[in-house]
Formats: sequence, C-alpha cells, structure tokens
Amino acid sequence: MYTQGLDAKTEQGAQPSPRLVTEDEARLQGRFQERVDAEEKIEPRDWMPEGYRRTLVRQISQHAHSEIVGMLPEGNWVTRAPTLRRKVALLAKVQDEGGHGLYLYSAAETLGVSRDELVGQLLAGKAKYSSIFNYPTPTWADIGAIGWLVDGAAIMNQVPLCRCSYGPYARAMVRICREESFHQRQGYELMLALAQGTPEQKRMAQDALNRWWWPSLMMFGPSDEQSAHSSQNMAWKIKRFSNDELRQRFVDATVPQAEFLGLTIPDPELRFNAGTGHYEFGAIDWTEFNEILKGNGPCNRERIEARRKAWDDGAWVREAAVAHAAKRQQCALKKAG
Amino acid sequence: MSTDLKEALFAFTLRLGDTSLVLGHRLSEWCGHAPELEEDIALTNVALDLVGHARMLLTYAGELEGKGRDEDRLAYRRDVFDYRNHLLVEQPNRDFGHTIVRQFLHDAWAVELYGRLCASTDETLAGIAAKAVKEVRYHVRHSGDWLVRLGDGTEISHAKVADALGRLWPYTGEMFERDEAEQALVAAGILPDPAELKAAWTARVEAVLGEATLDRPADGWMQKGGRRGEHSEHLGYLLAEMQFLPRAYPDANW
Repeated sequence: MYTQGLDAKTEQGAQPSPRLVTEDEARLQGRFQERVDAEEKIEPRDWMPEGYRRTLVRQISQHAHSEIVGMLPEGNWVTRAPTLRRKVALLAKVQDEGGHGLYLYSAAETLGVSRDELVGQLLAGKAKYSSIFNYPTPTWADIGAIGWLVDGAAIMNQVPLCRCSYGPYARAMVRICREESFHQRQGYELMLALAQGTPEQKRMAQDALNRWWWPSLMMFGPSDEQSAHSSQNMAWKIKRFSNDELRQRFVDATVPQAEFLGLTIPDPELRFNAGTGHYEFGAIDWTEFNEILKGNGPCNRERIEARRKAWDDGAWVREAAVAHAAKRQQCALKKAG
Repeated sequence: MSTDLKEALFAFTLRLGDTSLVLGHRLSEWCGHAPELEEDIALTNVALDLVGHARMLLTYAGELEGKGRDEDRLAYRRDVFDYRNHLLVEQPNRDFGHTIVRQFLHDAWAVELYGRLCASTDETLAGIAAKAVKEVRYHVRHSGDWLVRLGDGTEISHAKVADALGRLWPYTGEMFERDEAEQALVAAGILPDPAELKAAWTARVEAVLGEATLDRPADGWMQKGGRRGEHSEHLGYLLAEMQFLPRAYPDANW
C-alpha cells in the first residue's frame, strides 16, 4: 500500500524553514548531499538536514498508517471469502499489511519519533493515510481489484523506494515490495477467476474495476505541475520519479491486463498512441480526490472510528500487560536482591 | 480399514476439522481490531493456522467419506445441524479476555491431542498432526502467556478473565467425550485414550491458571451437543456469514 497526497501543497513540513544557515551547517549539508549523490545510504545516527528528517517521518508514518487502515477494507471480507483457499490467502495478505505497518513504524522510530506518538496522530485524525482506503469494499470482487490495482499502483510507487537514500526505509521497502508483488498477482488471479466465471461474477469484476480505476490513478498524487515537494525530494533521493511518470507506467502496464481479463476500463478517452508507445487517458477528477483528502470520502469516518474503537477497547489489555510486566520485574529484583 | 472404523474416523476428522474452522473464523473476526498491532498479527496468524488445519482435516474427511465432497463442499454447504464442532469454539469473541480464555482452553487441548495423534496408527492423521502440533505449541504459549498477563495484571483484567473462565468452563467437558465408535478408534490405536488426554489437559490448565492467579472453576454441569450437531444460536450467524457467497451463487467457481 502507499500514501498519496504527500505532495499536496497544503502539506506542512518539507520546506526548510527560512533561517540563516551557519557555516558548519552549510558544510554538513554539502557533505550530506555529496553522500546522497554518491548513492550512499544515510543511517539513523548520521547527520541529516531537519527537512529531510521531517519529510521522511511524514512519508514513512503515512505509509505505515496506510498499511494499518488498509487492513480494514480487506479484513471486511475475511469472514466471507468464498473458498478456504481464498480465505487463507486473504488472511495472510492482511497479516502481511500489519507486518508492513510494524516495520514501517520501526523505520520511522529510527528518526526519533515514537510509534505511540504516530498512532496518536492517526487516531486524532491529524495524520494522513492513503485515501484509497476511504472507499468501501461492498463485493468480493473488490478484494481482487484492491490486489490487482491498488497493490499494483503501490508497487510502481514503492519499487523506486527500495533505493531511497535513507537506509532503514529502503531496507523495509525491499521486503514490502516482495510481498506486495505477490499480493498483486493474487489479486489478478482472483479477478481472472471472476472474469472467466458466470455472467454474475463477470459483472461483479467489471463493477469493481469501474469503482477502483480512477481512485487507483489518484494514488500517484497530484500532477507534476501541482506537486509541491518533488524537486527537493528528488535531490534527496527520497523520490526518484515524478507522480505523472509513475502514473503513466501504471496505466501502460495495467491496460493490457484488463484487456486480457476481457474487462473494460471506465475511460472513454483511453487510447494507445503508437507514436509514443504509451496509453493516453482522460482527465482525473481532482475534486473528488480533494474532497476525500478533506475527510468527505465514503468511509473516512468509519475507518478512523474503527481504529479508535480497537485502541480504546484494548486499553485495559495494554494496561494489564504493563502492570504484569512491572510485577514480574519487581519479583526479579527481589530475587536478585 | 473396516467400514465401521472408516465411518468413525470420518466422524472424528470432521469434528476436529469443524472445530478448527469455526475457531479460525472467530479469531479472524479480530482482524484489524485487536488491542495492539502485534496482537492483530498474532491472532490473524493463529486463525491462519487453524483454517489451514481445517483444510487438511476436511479434505481427509471427504476422502474417508468417499462421496466426492471436498474441503469447500464440506465447509460451505452444510447447515448448523451437520456441523460437528465443539460448542466452546462457536462462542462469540465478546472481548479480548473471553477470546484468550476460549483460545487457551482449546489450545491446551489441541496441543495434547495433536502431540498424541502424531503416533496414531492412521498415517494420514499422524501426518496432519505432525504438522499441526508444531503450530499449536506456539498457540498455547501465546494464549497461555496472555492469560497470565491478564489474570495477574490489573484488577479489571483479572475480573474480566475470571468472568470469562466461569462462563466458558462448562464447555470444556465436550472435548473429552468419546462415543462408542470413537472407543473403537481408541482400541485400534488411531486415537489417544480420552482419560489420559484429560489428565494432561488438566495439569496444563491448572499450571497456567495458578500462574495467572485464577481459581479453577468447579466441574459442574457441562454443556454438550456440538459433536452431535446440537449447537448454540451463535453458529447459524457464523455460517450465514461464512457461506454467503457459495450459497448466493451456487454455480460459481471462485
């Protein structure tokens, strides 16, 4: 999974604050940029510009939140998967997402923030997560569409992150990408079964494609002209390709897959340009995207409510675990004393 | 194997498969809603193992029966009165404390059962048990550790798991029932002796309850019937949810 909206102009934090830079800092920044340019990895204890740190905390934590919130729309079908094989695959997938969340939070913690702090921001509604998860999953085909399209888009975004200049993030992404590409194949295989199935199943598959296509294109974030932080993030090698480049790659890869399924992409303007070798596609409705970012998507409230409920209902469990650990420690101290 | 023995083994395998499936389903209801991220992953992982066991067991049950029913036919096309799981595992999750108590009472049984089934004279069952026992050893550690944390945690957590224990204890008797057909399986060395299984389970449960500062409830009246298809009201809803797609689209392949 992935977070878009990272580059929206309303975002705070990535621009270096306008203040005087001391000579020492200038030297450190120069050295830092040299290392980044030489493709060396930056590690947690290395000096880094404050803006670099803030950008990474924001991006990695949004990515982690997306994994956690993303468990909800897919978890919605775990109890209703139509075969035991599909049930096991979906359970394993949702478990993978939880694991991704866990090591992304750990990667963020190497930058000096705590997981509790980050989760607190999510529950308070202050942190962003990928707005793709604010769409509902009313039918089983949505599970296929999420795997095929949402994970497919995520992979386009994430493979370049395996070469991100920040070591812990890059290493986490290597493992995540491996799992995501498995999920993507699984999702496509699920769609294939539907597309080759009964007329009702095929209808279900087409309906899911209709609903997920445009939100998937929006996952790459605003168009390059609208994107605020691209150039700085590119220089820092947090970002390697522009939003529009990645979106185009996704469309080029996905259209033939839809054709193979015998499904129609819901874009009357979609056509192949033999001259460029790329598919051209219609204009994205950014109004919808912006409304969802503002909290007006079909499931924004439900997703955060579900996370809050899980957290609040679990408070007594976490308190008990802490109390028990303290008792154990006291016992150990007494014995040692 | 004689026809009688085969039928008895079919019935036993179905009971164990259904018990794994229903408990796996209950745990999977936690997916995305657990008290912390690590637990979300752990509960999902245990659910995954249990559904995995169910698949092996139901597949084998279908083979023993010889009527062409595969794992999905058995899981998705039977109504409540044909399900044979223990009543314990169909009890609702309620809260994390209930879930952990239910899980521990089951896991302590499963680890002792599978450990013994590894030596079953039925090779297929022994093979399934050998795979399952490695996983249920982790399950019982996980649920046992949590029971200790909650029992010996705060006053609130202690009260919650003590309540759950009292509520769920009457469902434990069913795990040690053996009908006549199963007695024949015991005699043939296919199944372990239920009395010995119960003794091992009791010892394991008492040790953990002691550490959790929880009193062992008295063995009073025990709820029974799941193994014969007589269930609580909860199972119907569980199956309605689980079986929705194959029931709504009976001709579809997924």
